[in-house]
Amino acid sequence: MSGGVDSSVAAALLLERGEDVVGVWMRLVPGGVDTDAPRCCGTDQAGEDARRAAATLGIPFYALDYADVFGKQVVDRFVDAYASGETPNPCVSCNHHVKFDALLRDVVKKFGGTRLATGHYARVGDAPDGTRRLLRARDAAKDQSYALYMLGQSELRRIEFPIGELASKAETRAIAARFGLATATKAESMDICFIGGDYRDLVRSRAPRAFVAGPVERADGSVVGQHAGLGGLTVGQRSGTGVATGERLYVLRLEPERSTAVVGTRDEITRTTYELRDVRFTHDAPRSTFETTAVLRYRGTPLAASVDVTPDGALLRLATPALVAPGQAVVWYDGDEVVGGGIVRAGSPG
Amino acid sequence: MKRVYLDHAATTPVDPEVAEAMARVLRETHGNPSSIYAEGRAARELVDRARADVAAALGAQPAEIVFTSGGTEADNLALRGVMQARRGLGDHLVTTAIEHHAVLDTARDLESHGRARATVVGVGSDGRVDPAAIAAAIGPKTTLVSVMHANNEIGTIQPIVEIGAICRDRGVKLHTDAVQTVGALEFDTTRIPVDLVSVNAHKFYGPKGVGALYVRRGTRLATIQTGGGQEKGRRTGTENVAGIVGLGVALRAAAERRATESARQARLRDRIIDGVLSRVPDALLTGHRTERLPNNASFCFPGTQGESLIVALDLAGFAASSGSACTSGDTDPSHVLLALGLERHVAQGSLRLTVGRATTDADVDALLDALPPIVARLREASAVSV
Repeated sequence: MSGGVDSSVAAALLLERGEDVVGVWMRLVPGGVDTDAPRCCGTDQAGEDARRAAATLGIPFYALDYADVFGKQVVDRFVDAYASGETPNPCVSCNHHVKFDALLRDVVKKFGGTRLATGHYARVGDAPDGTRRLLRARDAAKDQSYALYMLGQSELRRIEFPIGELASKAETRAIAARFGLATATKAESMDICFIGGDYRDLVRSRAPRAFVAGPVERADGSVVGQHAGLGGLTVGQRSGTGVATGERLYVLRLEPERSTAVVGTRDEITRTTYELRDVRFTHDAPRSTFETTAVLRYRGTPLAASVDVTPDGALLRLATPALVAPGQAVVWYDGDEVVGGGIVRAGSPG
Repeated sequence: MKRVYLDHAATTPVDPEVAEAMARVLRETHGNPSSIYAEGRAARELVDRARADVAAALGAQPAEIVFTSGGTEADNLALRGVMQARRGLGDHLVTTAIEHHAVLDTARDLESHGRARATVVGVGSDGRVDPAAIAAAIGPKTTLVSVMHANNEIGTIQPIVEIGAICRDRGVKLHTDAVQTVGALEFDTTRIPVDLVSVNAHKFYGPKGVGALYVRRGTRLATIQTGGGQEKGRRTGTENVAGIVGLGVALRAAAERRATESARQARLRDRIIDGVLSRVPDALLTGHRTERLPNNASFCFPGTQGESLIVALDLAGFAASSGSACTSGDTDPSHVLLALGLERHVAQGSLRLTVGRATTDADVDALLDALPPIVARLREASAVSV
């Protein structure tokens, strides 16, 4: 339970169904540390909100400490990604390594729980062949299945997303109100939960090497300007250079080994093939080649694509050129069902 | 599910006789003890009677008892009050590495504000303070020594009589945090050469939010808060009359039960210690084997985390603690366990079981059945690499 409305209502729905429910809140930043991140679900204040929600529902509640694993698997990865010219996806890291790994393992192995439910907007369904399938939430506008693509059968068999079955956020809030949950009117969490201000300040303090100035070049090697540090740049963002020529230039790739940012026009930065690493499938063995639709960002539009599974990942071929930054997740859907996905490899051929 | 409460060091259930006495005060005596008319005099009489009861239990005079809001305030008053009152004589304070945070953090706070210099004396692997180490730490500017009577986490009882004799010999005042012992053990200030003693009602079946500081006659103590001048100016603020009455009744009742209850609890404690050590592989008893509180059985189980132990035991129907209740939610290993010389990964798997008046042999049987598989399960889960 994060202290927010979604996980509180998830607990309420399970309770109403007659389940034996235990609330768990994850401390994600060290206790007593002031954080200026107003929407972080892992701070003391969020823990108090979660505790009150559990008390309102009358369920046992524990505050468990995951600050170490969150620091290593989410915050460190976030900093390392920017420092190496990638664009991190902290929600994916958190789901992959914290919520559905460390927490799920503790719930099942340490505390004897049979299942873990969270307040994610997604669904898990049973297929006729006995496998569990990960599906989009009923409310497409809230769907979070993109950030859950890494879940396999061993996780999906023990996971429930009660909120994903609801028609809309309004219904979630109505249920919260019916149970007297104080979170009914709480604001949405968004952006990067553990950072209050500019993410670049965190990267600069943790990885000063990513803030060494260097040249901005075109793909042909001509220098068109200077940057203040690759850690402050993201592939795909508008570049401040090229004003003189009147062209709109975007960051094409970042080359940390020579501290260089390469920029190009819209046509130059979009492409049809991407190499993926850390490829995962939600069920059955990976096929060698398959047709699918690919989603390149959170709540992004599905694009027609084919995938070649390779020994160390996969090759994504899009039907039309598009842009996705190294470090971001590409997720494959079959209709509403998540098939799997992977992370765009740095230095992916362009 | 039947609950088994094994965290009496955190707090104890209120004795029904205490609850009844307090309810009667709340219903029938509304006066302010400082008021000179009949209602005030009635309230004052109740406070005086409680003061006499507490004094009698400690072998003290009523004028030597100052009522406080609990153990933490008593510790603060002792350290801050003595260091301030005796600042003309010196600014050095000696304490130990296993004190409660109410003492250790107060000493650090005094130090950070330039009001004292503190020497923190270490302990042996059984948690005992060596009186010779205290003697060695005392210098010409030392005005106060503070050594707890028995530790709240590991239960080790300190050689307080020997330490008191050293302090008296050197002309230094001795404070002891006896929150875990008063009520459980006899504490006679005519035989223990100590100048200040912290007492907390809810550790001996009294109410929360009330305690006392024994201040031996002739010990100068500055107030740490200013106001109407109650408690002879040593602890100002309108008295918590019902709480003070509860404290007095609870301490009297505890003294009456002590002889039988202490032996009974020590037998249950030893059953837990022997049972856990024989049934849980690689279990480590923390604290002294015999010089320990009659109700305290504390352990470390390497390969587990205290937090997980507490959650798993709670879900199985047992209330226990991973050390001090005051630091719950903090997963850093306890400063007490680290002071024993335990490695962090060992200290992290700590469990404190403290029995009480309501604990039965059947409760101990249930615990000894439930705990070994829980430890095994947690070790197995932790062995999976992250």
